[in-house]
Amino acid sequence: MPGFLLNRLSQSIVLLVIVSIIGFTVLNLMPGGPLAQFGLDPGMTQKDLERLSEQLGLNRPLWIQYLDWAWRLVQGDWGHSYRDGSSVLAVISRHLLATLLLMGTSTALAIAIGSWIGIRGATHRYSLFDYCATVGAMVALSVPTFWFGLIGIYIFTLKLGWVPAGNMYAIGDGSVLDYLHHLILPSLVLSLVHVAIWSRYMRTATLDALTQDFVKTARAKGVSERRILLKHVVGNALLPMITLAGVQLPSLLTGALVTETVFTWPGMGRLFLDSLGYSDYPVVMGLLIFSAILVVLGNLIADIVVAVVDPRIRLS
Amino acid sequence: MTKRSATTSNYSRRDALRMVGIGGIAGLIAPNLLGKPVLARTSPAKPTGRVIVGLGQEPTVFNPLMVHIEVDDGVHFSVFDALFRVDPQGVIQPNLAVEVPNQKNGGISEDGLKWRIRLRDDVRWHDGKPFSAEDVKFTLELITNPNFRSWRTAGHALVRDITVVSPTEISWRMEEAFAPYLSFLTETFIVPKHILEKEANPNNAAFNQAPVGTGAFKWGQRVAGDHLELVANTDYFGEGPHIEKLVFKYIPDLTVLYTQFKSGDVDLVGQPYITPDHYGEAKALPNRVVTLVPRPSFESFYLNLERPQFKELAVREALYAAIDKESIIQGLYYGVPTPTETFMPRQSLYFNPNLPLHEFNLNRARQILDKAGWLPGKDGVRAKDGVRLSFTNSTTSGDPLREQVQQFLQQTFEQLGAEMKISNLPAAVMWGDFWVQSQFDSVIVGSTYLIGADPDVTNRLHSRSIPAKGGRGSNNAQYSNPEVDALLEKGARSFDPEVRRSIYHRVQELVRRDLPFLPLYQSNAVQGNKKGISGVLPNGNTRTESWNALAWYWAS
Repeated sequence: MPGFLLNRLSQSIVLLVIVSIIGFTVLNLMPGGPLAQFGLDPGMTQKDLERLSEQLGLNRPLWIQYLDWAWRLVQGDWGHSYRDGSSVLAVISRHLLATLLLMGTSTALAIAIGSWIGIRGATHRYSLFDYCATVGAMVALSVPTFWFGLIGIYIFTLKLGWVPAGNMYAIGDGSVLDYLHHLILPSLVLSLVHVAIWSRYMRTATLDALTQDFVKTARAKGVSERRILLKHVVGNALLPMITLAGVQLPSLLTGALVTETVFTWPGMGRLFLDSLGYSDYPVVMGLLIFSAILVVLGNLIADIVVAVVDPRIRLS
Repeated sequence: MTKRSATTSNYSRRDALRMVGIGGIAGLIAPNLLGKPVLARTSPAKPTGRVIVGLGQEPTVFNPLMVHIEVDDGVHFSVFDALFRVDPQGVIQPNLAVEVPNQKNGGISEDGLKWRIRLRDDVRWHDGKPFSAEDVKFTLELITNPNFRSWRTAGHALVRDITVVSPTEISWRMEEAFAPYLSFLTETFIVPKHILEKEANPNNAAFNQAPVGTGAFKWGQRVAGDHLELVANTDYFGEGPHIEKLVFKYIPDLTVLYTQFKSGDVDLVGQPYITPDHYGEAKALPNRVVTLVPRPSFESFYLNLERPQFKELAVREALYAAIDKESIIQGLYYGVPTPTETFMPRQSLYFNPNLPLHEFNLNRARQILDKAGWLPGKDGVRAKDGVRLSFTNSTTSGDPLREQVQQFLQQTFEQLGAEMKISNLPAAVMWGDFWVQSQFDSVIVGSTYLIGADPDVTNRLHSRSIPAKGGRGSNNAQYSNPEVDALLEKGARSFDPEVRRSIYHRVQELVRRDLPFLPLYQSNAVQGNKKGISGVLPNGNTRTESWNALAWYWAS
């Protein structure tokens, strides 16, 4: 186990370095840069723009800018936002909880509903339910989330008046009930896609498990169908799901770009979009590194959990 | 400021109480008590209620001297005060200063070089410390501090020998006479010396995330990415505030911003306002007031005058005559903008209303070109001396309305025998070197020409301001007219509004005649608020709808 972890750690560091170099280069290759947004401000002279460029260190060669940034990061300094001067970690932490709340709820919903649909679809293969689930999943996967979001707002807010048109809570309220009320629509819309993914994976994994020899053996031994399903089939079908959950873990904290925008949810996805829009390089790089670390961690945790759950797998 | 220029004497109960408190004549002569705006007649006795302003971008910069964008202005106007304010008519009014300095009252010397400002003595920072001339000195010095990421330094860079004469008086010398500086000071908010002088690095100061000002609203709390809340400063020296809480709510999607206005989550729609396509529907909404508010932004078909196609005035005149403005505005822009003949916003004191009016007339356009010797070639495109009347037109890609305008113009120009090719670029590319170094043939651009309310446009129209020729401004059309240059120089040195009016009227005449850009229209914002909010007063001389939130109140 220690050898496995050490091996993983060294791989991760290489990965992070590569990700950061690519991210930094691509970001800086984007034309315009952080000062382009002031180009049409009548009061800002060319001289002002040159001064700012020097103050932000943007006039240095790219590789020096990168090394400077990387060296500070190694020392624990994530830098300061170009927009408001606050530290990148402070900026990230201000958006983290909102995303965790939304993504946590929708992922929990998605896993519960998706698994149930997947298993039922597999055990009732080619039934009306299975067809509906398949078509539903295709629709959910192919229609953009923002469309579901806008339609949801149109129907449930403007027409029916059941739920608020976005926002995390009503300004001036902020009670638990108020949060829950605001959470309903965005988390349902967001989980729609995830339900589709989970149900498809779960269906395949269940079908796969159903054809295994141990299922036949269990049947031959006269074990009840219910027991076969719960103990032998679902248990085995869930193994690949752990890996899938590991891959999805980072999104719990990195957020959903589109849904957060449509529902004015102050999370990480929107922070990323906004920072990109303002060419706030330190924050974008911070988010990139943060997500990369989460991806590494998510996979690592999934591997360990699979090894713990499945006695056939040993980490070495 | 309406509150000081209005002459009605309908005092509210609050004012009456305050006057009793202050007692007698001393209270009467305080400028803020000399008048109340008509709109504030029935304002509540103490700040009540809350107004939520919806914004399409998030305000994030709260140190008003740091580099920032338009949307931050609403917070700055509410939390801070500048020495002066500009009212909706474009007249500069005192704010932290007792009076507006000019050459008549001796505030500005005859040669325009020495400035002396008298300050109010009844102003306190939100933390209770008194405001004084030291704060003004500190602010002006911070702006030109080379380590500070300040916003605009134009004008401020000319200030020398700042002297605190007394706590209520400050003076300085200008390196050269520069009349627009008065207007720049309406957007220069004063920051507290006693807090910021202790900071080693003003760029990352804690103050920048929890500002302390002198304004009508104090800093409340901010939920990053969502909203920020300001609370009434009940010790404010001027009129207001009448609402207890002022909330700026960030709603990034413009359709959602409008939807939340419709659903009532947002009380007032701020920048970038209601999109023109929703204007018709919004007007009909019950219990909402939706109005067109003039913005200073001016949209034009902007030409690169160094291109051989555009050097001749006849070509520019013909193209202008071939633009069917009315169809563009009514058909494509839902009737929202107002046609104009000049870069000067019509709410400005210096707007020239007597410019020749544009008339769409394709036949006249053809005649102009025929007469000037631009004759149709075999391919139908006119040419003269080997130069074809063919050019590209660019604008920011992803702007469907402007793209439709381009297609529309492309068709009419084709009937004229001019070939227009469309080549659009992403914003970041468009406004980089392509724009600055005049690498375009023509662009469709909407931008503001004035800084604050000052009519000085040296930066845009002086031949010294052409970056492609080593200049330092943004005269990207490469327009050069010695008479305009001379007028602009004279205008920047003159402090007399009447003298300046005739100067800038003439500048507008010359520019209208020379057509370095073909004027299309002046923008209007589709501003909306709930019917119950009173005191909302649009001011096209500022960049924000929330410039006078201190006068807003809920009609009971």
